Amino acid sequence: MDLTAIVFYLFAIVTVGAAGIMVFSKNIVHSAFALMFSLAGVAVLYVLLYADFIAATQLLVYVGGILILILFGMMLTEQGFTQEFKAVTVNILPASLLAAVAAVLLVYSYVTTSWQMITPEERSETVYDLGILLMSDYILPFIIAGVLLLIAIIGAILMSTRLTAIKNQEQ
Amino acid sequence: MELMIMQWLAEPGLVHFLVVSALLLSLGIMAVLTRRNVIMVLMGVELILNSANINLIAFSRYTSLSLEGQMIGLFVIIIAAAEAAVALAIVLNMYNRFNTVNLDEIDSLKG
Repeated sequence: MDLTAIVFYLFAIVTVGAAGIMVFSKNIVHSAFALMFSLAGVAVLYVLLYADFIAATQLLVYVGGILILILFGMMLTEQGFTQEFKAVTVNILPASLLAAVAAVLLVYSYVTTSWQMITPEERSETVYDLGILLMSDYILPFIIAGVLLLIAIIGAILMSTRLTAIKNQEQ
Repeated sequence: MELMIMQWLAEPGLVHFLVVSALLLSLGIMAVLTRRNVIMVLMGVELILNSANINLIAFSRYTSLSLEGQMIGLFVIIIAAAEAAVALAIVLNMYNRFNTVNLDEIDSLKG
């Protein structure tokens, strides 16, 4: 067993185990921190797949941005100290049945399909190629993504400030 | 037969990454369906998006999809960032209006 296999198994266990803790933990703050470990494990899997730029983006955007946003949302919506960040589960039997069936079917079909694989290209870095691709073939999606981010941020600001302003006026 | 399985386990390839992503997807479905808290549901959605991304990038290394797969993965991350911002604004709005973040208590569309 070489180093790649050991690193892969270690971080696959970290990723899936942390995701499991996230799903089954009663305390939602614990869930958020387990989600952080899971996302960092996914970044390591990207490094193993020779996707260095995507791994860096994953760390910056998910672990640095979205997780902080989730923690802020959690803190702003908890109802005082009486609730103690507890989260209740519902529909546990049908949901676990559906999830287990989905996992078994997906794993079965992945293992039994004969994928048309090629021998992996050895790349030293992908940043240069991705940049060229982004400015040539993918220029329209790139611009649309920029406009989408602008609209999303403006919409989020409007939605989260206007209603509180109206509420404050009524008081 | 056992030797083949041991050899298959010793060399991580495309299928190993696909299996990890399938497990992440089912855990995400579990989180979305079982929790009452809106923020837990959002975290489940993030998990599902990540499992899709692992698939795309594994295919981009081992099949002829090549760099295009990484490009699509990049756009998935961008969309996920926009989605998280808007969704948390909606959650804050909902908390202001209904004073709760539990999904099954917000049933005013039921009539």
